[in-house]
Amino acid sequence: MKAVITVTGKDSVGIIAAVSAFCAEKDANITEITQNVLSEYFAMIMIVEIDKLTVPFADFAAGLAALGSARGLDIRAMHEDIFNTMHHI
Amino acid sequence: MLNVADILETIGMIREENLDIRTITMGISLLDCVSEDPDHLCTRVYDKITRTAEHLVKTGVDIEHEYGIPIVNKRVSVTPISLIGGSISPEGYLKLAHTLQRAADTLGINFIGGFSALVHKGMTTGDRNLISVIPEALAETTNVCSSVNVASTKAGINMDAIRLMGSTIKRAAYLTRDNNSIGCAKLVVFANVPEDNPFMAGAFHGVGEPDSVINVGVSGPGVVAAAIRRAGDCNLSELADVIKKTAFKITRVGQLVASEAARRLHAPFGIIDLSLAPTPAIGDSVARILEEMGLEVCGTHGTTAALAMLNDAVKKGGVMASSHVGGLSGAFIPVSEDEGMIAAVNAGALSLEKLEAMTAVCSVGLDMIAVPGDTSEEVICGIIADEISIGVANTKTTAVRLIPAYGKGVGDSVSFGGLLGTAPIMPLRTDSPARFIARGGRIPAPIHSLKN
Repeated sequence: MKAVITVTGKDSVGIIAAVSAFCAEKDANITEITQNVLSEYFAMIMIVEIDKLTVPFADFAAGLAALGSARGLDIRAMHEDIFNTMHHI
Repeated sequence: MLNVADILETIGMIREENLDIRTITMGISLLDCVSEDPDHLCTRVYDKITRTAEHLVKTGVDIEHEYGIPIVNKRVSVTPISLIGGSISPEGYLKLAHTLQRAADTLGINFIGGFSALVHKGMTTGDRNLISVIPEALAETTNVCSSVNVASTKAGINMDAIRLMGSTIKRAAYLTRDNNSIGCAKLVVFANVPEDNPFMAGAFHGVGEPDSVINVGVSGPGVVAAAIRRAGDCNLSELADVIKKTAFKITRVGQLVASEAARRLHAPFGIIDLSLAPTPAIGDSVARILEEMGLEVCGTHGTTAALAMLNDAVKKGGVMASSHVGGLSGAFIPVSEDEGMIAAVNAGALSLEKLEAMTAVCSVGLDMIAVPGDTSEEVICGIIADEISIGVANTKTTAVRLIPAYGKGVGDSVSFGGLLGTAPIMPLRTDSPARFIARGGRIPAPIHSLKN
């Protein structure tokens, strides 16, 4: 099973490092990263495998959201099915 | 394969355009709770509801967290209480209302629907006893919703029942006078009521339904409005396609949540209700969609046409996205719960007569409309009869949720807070329909040929 992590907000040093470290700590394996910065606005999408998560997915998502709000970022982790269902028949 | 544009589109819908699942409603049959002893009946009802829906709220919250989509309400609908109460006394029915409230408190749900009676052709003693205590039930509970079906296309219109509802609504307004007559916001009068509607206040669990069922109501007026804005100055054929595609995406999310909830709660999936359900929040309004389509203000000439097209396109897009569609499915136009509708009424652009015309082409009916507190019972009955006739003649569901706000007049407004919003008091004609209403009896079912 995979989840999609989206990170948006004002750019600063160490965003990817912080999110990656959090994922590693919880045993979420990153399989894909797309990231860019447009006029100081940071946007990143990560696809992670969540089969071996060491915490319930809800806690993983809540942890990322908290990490984001501490840095003034919007970080969301959502099960990939919501995107697949909405955009693929 | 996920692509970035799709991911960002979904995130944008949730974050900026208020996409949410409006409700997961678990329907629960109470037919097996029947007992001739009212206390025993109440115990069985409480036990059945709290046992069957024990994990409803937690499951809703879990799904919300996993998929990152807000699920605003978790609710329960039950078998119309008049069917299980039978011949118990009015006091017994009131006790049942309190039992429903107790079950709602235990479960942590925000509404429980089904303090209801189906009287489209005639009333049993049980129906009469239940209706006689609706005002007390609404005043003495906070989360119990009530509905009465007074007409159907096959049976015609039960005008005796409408007469009874006129006085019931007035009494509910009086008994909850200290709280803006909020009792009336929890009471709906229906024609052709659907038996699988997940939306309140009109939800109940129909007699043709299984022991328990999961029905889901989707929403997303903000998403549709944003899609129309992005489409720019296209023609109406193209605009209908934009709405259809958007409705498809919204409904797919509803289908995902419904299947997941049904699986986790071990209850069959019932239906998705394809409704554009507004909230008082900015950017979550059906009226603003109509204005985005090109009307200067909702309520002006052209509103009915725009709404008819919107309603049809939402259904066409949604039908393919879900395995089963039902409930009320269509655009809702509650006044107090829609920021754009409130603004249109305050600007004098949207009248009760126009709202009535709009209900001929969209979901539900005259919904969450506040009228002067001194409105006579007969005028309320006249409004109900008019609206119900539209449903009966057009073979569709219509409903009336009127709030004759006690002590308030035109120029005042009533505020209920939360999803129920704020309603400006709307002016009514005061000429009396009393003689017509006093005749009672039934208006015969309409003919279905010679269509004109």
